[in-house]
Amino acid sequence: MPDLTPLWLTLRIASFATAIAFVFAVGFAWLTARFTFWGRDFLDAVLTLPLVMPPTVLGYYLIVVWGRNGWLGSWLNAHFGISLMFTWQGAVLAATVVSFPLLFKSARAAFEGVNTEYEQAARILGDTELRVFFRITLPLAARGLLAGTMLAFARAMGDFGATLMVAGNIEGRTQTAAMAVFDAVQAGDYTLANTLVVIMSVVCVAILVMINKLAGRGRAGR
Amino acid sequence: MRLEVDIRKTLQSGDRRFELEAAFSSLDDLTVIFGASGSGKSLTVQAIAGLVTPEQGRIAVDGEPLFDAAQGVNLPARARGVGYLFQDYALFPHLTVQENIGYPLKKGWHFNLRPEARKEVAEIMESFEITHLATSYPAELSGGQKQRVALARAMIKKPSILLLDEPFSALDSMLRHRMRMELLEIRQRFAVPLVVITHDPADVEVFGDTLVVFANGRVEEVSSRKKSATPESEGWREKVCWRAQWKKEQLAAHRFVPA
Repeated sequence: MPDLTPLWLTLRIASFATAIAFVFAVGFAWLTARFTFWGRDFLDAVLTLPLVMPPTVLGYYLIVVWGRNGWLGSWLNAHFGISLMFTWQGAVLAATVVSFPLLFKSARAAFEGVNTEYEQAARILGDTELRVFFRITLPLAARGLLAGTMLAFARAMGDFGATLMVAGNIEGRTQTAAMAVFDAVQAGDYTLANTLVVIMSVVCVAILVMINKLAGRGRAGR
Repeated sequence: MRLEVDIRKTLQSGDRRFELEAAFSSLDDLTVIFGASGSGKSLTVQAIAGLVTPEQGRIAVDGEPLFDAAQGVNLPARARGVGYLFQDYALFPHLTVQENIGYPLKKGWHFNLRPEARKEVAEIMESFEITHLATSYPAELSGGQKQRVALARAMIKKPSILLLDEPFSALDSMLRHRMRMELLEIRQRFAVPLVVITHDPADVEVFGDTLVVFANGRVEEVSSRKKSATPESEGWREKVCWRAQWKKEQLAAHRFVPA
């Protein structure tokens, strides 16, 4: 039985990354979908940037910001004595950034698809803005949000470049499945490579099929 | 009921500009706001409900100011105690009929309604004859059923005034007549004043104790059924309600003979 530690690590990293990306993506998506403000298009572009940039460039940006001498990294180091570099938490950071735009874009489209008349009706029926969001906007956007979350999870699982830059490729600590496949092929260990590749492929296909199911049912229900 | 509206609002979209300057008051329990689409009647009613904020002016129901720019009063929509019937009803598609109707009664974050609230929902469903639809979703309802559910939802918190935005435009004409009669019954049963936005002359006849006519963002005419409606006057009410009769009389007076 090949060593599956990289797979469990990948699942853990992708889960944390997706959860963090979800909170930020939903917040920014709601903001850009419901309000018109100066610089909105620019903000959207910046938030979508990780989708098109090479992962190594993203990783470099992350080092600049979160590295031991980075803007936020030096502060973290000085106040808490911690650094994210070459840790699995650093890998979470990298995976969060690469998967964020997928969730943000899906969430924005989902919120824009919710007719604002339902929100107005809820306000007249006595709801505060917070309740309107949790009782109307969020449930009506749920399908799109779920599809975006799954897409982001699949992307977070598969990251190579950004994670390598930030967290390195330390066996048993930051070596994700994507990197383990690379190492296994380099070392000629095709049993391990094949096992990891098959598992990753099955998970990704399953996720994509579920997303299509969600999208299809969304159309039928409208 | 006393409804006082005196507001100004400017809408700008690109180089298109719309100026609303609406001032009227109504003492009747049935008020019709009549006008072509784009005349500002919907915007005015949205301002009464608190969905849009005017730049200047005052809105008051029974002397209670809902909005008063000079005094800095602007109650949020949730605190105005008005009912609102949207043109296509705006029933929440992810909730069943009974959940829609019980929506305003759900105060905390609990999953279920309190027993007394559940009883209230059951009673109002009974009185609107929609009990059999309790567990249906809005997508499964016909136009008339949707309207009853929307009315029940709007009435369950006993609003001080019920605003209706083109309430019958989504219905076919047979049903339209029946729903008009039902609405009159509801008005009677709940003793709630109605303000009906419409561009249908038939609504003016039924609901227009006070008639407010909008054109190009301004109030063109306000008339009360009790005072005016003298045969000689040629206001909107006469044109709208008795246009055919009026036309026939005019033609008769001129002894129109086809050539």
